[in-house]
Amino acid sequence: MRLAAIVRLRLRSVFRRTQVEDDLDEEFRDHLEREINQNIAAGMSREEARSTALRAMGGLEQRKEECRDMRGLNQLDHMVNDIRFAIRQLRKSPEFTLTAVLMLALGICSSITIFAFVDAALIKPLPYRNPDRLLGVFERIDPWCPRCNLSWPDYLDWKKQNSTLASLDVFQQRGYTMTGSAGATPLHGARVSDGFFRTLGIAPILGRDFYAGEDQSGAARTVILTYAAWQRQFGGQPNVVGQTVVLDRMPRVIVGVLPKDFHFAPVGLADVWLPLHPEGECDFRRSCHDLYGVARLKDGVGAEAALANLVSIAKALEKLHPDTNRNQGANVAALSEIIVGDIRPVLLVLIAGAFLLLLIATVDVAGLLLVRSENRQRELALRVALGASSGRLLSQFVTEALVLVLAGATMGLAASHWTIQLLTRLLSEDMLTRMPFLIGLGWNWKLAGLACVISVLAAAMFAMAPSLGLRWPEIHGGLREGARASGGVWRKLGSKLVVLELATAVVLLAGAGLLTESLYNLLHVKLGLAPDHLVTIDVAAPNASYAKAAQSMALARKVLERARNLPGVRSAGLSADGAPLSHNGNTNWIRVLGRPWNGEHIEVPQREISPAYFGALGAQLAGGRYFEAGDDSSKPQVAIINRAFARKYFPYENPIGKQIGQATATPAPVEIVGVVEDVREGPLDDEIPPVLYRPYNQDPDTYFTLMVRTSQDPGSLLPALSGIVREIDPEIVTMRGMTMRGRIEQSPSAYMHRSAAWLTASFAGLALLLALVGLYGVIAYSVSQRTREIGIRMALGAESRVVHQMILAEAARLAGIGITAGLVCAALACSLLRKLLFGVSPWDLSTMAAIAVLMAVASLIASFIPARRAASVNPVEALRME
Amino acid sequence: MSKPTGLVQGTLDLLILKILALEPAHGWAIAHRLRQMSGDVLQVGQGALYPALHKLEQHGWIRAAWAVSDNHRRARYYTLTKAGRKALADESAGWERLATAITAIVKAV
Repeated sequence: MRLAAIVRLRLRSVFRRTQVEDDLDEEFRDHLEREINQNIAAGMSREEARSTALRAMGGLEQRKEECRDMRGLNQLDHMVNDIRFAIRQLRKSPEFTLTAVLMLALGICSSITIFAFVDAALIKPLPYRNPDRLLGVFERIDPWCPRCNLSWPDYLDWKKQNSTLASLDVFQQRGYTMTGSAGATPLHGARVSDGFFRTLGIAPILGRDFYAGEDQSGAARTVILTYAAWQRQFGGQPNVVGQTVVLDRMPRVIVGVLPKDFHFAPVGLADVWLPLHPEGECDFRRSCHDLYGVARLKDGVGAEAALANLVSIAKALEKLHPDTNRNQGANVAALSEIIVGDIRPVLLVLIAGAFLLLLIATVDVAGLLLVRSENRQRELALRVALGASSGRLLSQFVTEALVLVLAGATMGLAASHWTIQLLTRLLSEDMLTRMPFLIGLGWNWKLAGLACVISVLAAAMFAMAPSLGLRWPEIHGGLREGARASGGVWRKLGSKLVVLELATAVVLLAGAGLLTESLYNLLHVKLGLAPDHLVTIDVAAPNASYAKAAQSMALARKVLERARNLPGVRSAGLSADGAPLSHNGNTNWIRVLGRPWNGEHIEVPQREISPAYFGALGAQLAGGRYFEAGDDSSKPQVAIINRAFARKYFPYENPIGKQIGQATATPAPVEIVGVVEDVREGPLDDEIPPVLYRPYNQDPDTYFTLMVRTSQDPGSLLPALSGIVREIDPEIVTMRGMTMRGRIEQSPSAYMHRSAAWLTASFAGLALLLALVGLYGVIAYSVSQRTREIGIRMALGAESRVVHQMILAEAARLAGIGITAGLVCAALACSLLRKLLFGVSPWDLSTMAAIAVLMAVASLIASFIPARRAASVNPVEALRME
Repeated sequence: MSKPTGLVQGTLDLLILKILALEPAHGWAIAHRLRQMSGDVLQVGQGALYPALHKLEQHGWIRAAWAVSDNHRRARYYTLTKAGRKALADESAGWERLATAITAIVKAV
């Protein structure tokens, strides 16, 4: 109750300002008159009575002010005044204000932008129930395939025999063709074992999950839609469950729709999820690996225990099935590691870069504030002399800091909204498919929270900076002449800040330099093919019409023929196992015939290719011959190997004419007819493995990739290629049409390297600029402080050259310390980059040397102007100034 | 800010409350009563009185209202509130404790 009364009184004081003031005036007038009357009654003259009364009061206005203080009015007044004064002060020096606000906005914007990505990828949990209990499950083939596919029979055994997993399920990424009244639509999808969604802990928002046993061969053909596919293909109709769709010519009943935020990066952006229904030769063959596993750990069981469990099962299977399971181990990894493992190091580097930039920006602004406070020494002394308390001066600094930070944070936050959009748009379609958690990335409250935290820290720093720069005793000592003779504090503290800035800039530059170098190395890695004027496009023919070898061979021949007849086309070939750089993991187990064999096998990537494949790619034949159109199933089996294969398995002999075969006791012989120079079939940053090429016509497929070389603009060729395929059969789907250049630029490894290099480089560039501004500030300020000293030196005969050198030496000392400290820190920091570097060591001497030189030259330039100004000081004027 | 001289800090509040406990009064009257009651020992600067009054009012211990005084002049009268009465009791007790303690020390020495 009392509190309420006090609040009421306070509010009255604040809001009924005039009445309070009137009351105060009248109260004092009344008092004075009574006092005067009494004094007159005591025998004084009117004049005397009046002055005695006033004297007794001791300063009318001061008393009133004290009364206002007591009412708490002044606190509010002071705040309003402080803000007004702060804004006026800031407007009085627009260059300072603009620089400070822009620097802050820049630092806050960059750190918030990168944080948005870090949050989406690394902080936000994956959209599954208890995602940290989920594992990816793989077979392991040492040394080259630590995370390989499972076969269906192996999966069934693992599932049955393990004692550590609450559930184990498998999935396989697949493309489907949906046919309907609107024609054929290619859909992305996956087939999964029945418990897949239960393992993830996902329940459909419409309809139902797959039943247990719905993945068996005989079960009804059903499909679950993703939210996006439901919206796009079915207009979000609520009655979609129960409808029938035709996928790959097979009618299927829609039984469910998945939640909107569901994504499963290992299969990219899927539209449809089908129960597995093992069928065909591959699914039942133990040596045909085409599935990936996902498992949920039993409560209280760790990933290591699960791994040990699966490894022992794999060992037992190896004994039981030596012909298929030799060397087939087991491996697990946290699902989050599989999904975000690739991007994590990039993001960590970027967030570190962004925060370093923010650090430099705030330090720079703090430095500027320090300088300002020193320059304001006189103003402050004046205010103290006029009665301002230290508390009032401090609160003035805090207000100024808050105004600056508020402006900077608002600008930075607003700009981050835009830069986040910009960065997301820079991600290619392909990258978003791989990282669906970045889709729809936008501004959220977490970012505002981060901005608040940064602002509070920055404001605290800025409020402290000027008070550190002040020499309180001198201020309180009054307006002594020559109070600005030496800027001691700033020169000591400020120069330390500049060293910190320069060192940070060096660290960022070193990171950017190394990343740029590895990007360059990556993009200029030997490809073994000529990437210009080359396009690739995938062709997927429905199994129903093209499953027979003769059908798919005829299709391939027809497509290649028509492609060759397109204007500008110089050659056209195909591969049934994807384009170069495409990560395709099809392998074969082989042995070299004519050598003693004890059951060991060699597993190598295999590509089924048409005769013109190498010609179209622009690969180099090292020996023997290419395939010919006649190399079909009626002819002896032939193969081409790459240089790496020859080096590894035929180190001392000519491989041409040698025979290889399947890793069985009595294989059909395959004769090696050619050796080709290494073509980069896998990722840019991987070693080129031994690769085996076999003629497409000896093992044709309904899915193949065209490689077409043209003399014209390659991009314009893609629609024409889709066109001829559609002309042949509208049910055939074409997809992923790309130029080879685009494929290289957009390959995940290039993308990772490029985004890391570009962003770090822009952070480093900004950091360099800010650090130089800081250095310039320190030197310029030092010169202005030493004008008198310089004047005396010159009056005593110092040449301007000497003065010039003196200033440059001061700058050189700071820059030297900063660069050295930076190089030491960079050496430590860059070893953390090791994972991201390609073809360059973290302690690359030439990069470090180049950065040291760059920094030194830039520092020299930054300090040149103030040094010149010092050298041109007129001693007479300098001395008169004081 | 000037502090009332010759007064132990905080005692001015107590004295004002004590005077107002007898009857409501305006500022000038309070100043005079202070001097009379203490036999001119306590020379409270008249200026220090008003800030103290305003502070007590903000505390909610006294209430101010304009009223017509004895000589038909308008004056701002201060009245003790319930909270003020309680505060007066507390402050008096505190003062007595302090005074006893100081007296004891002074006598002992």
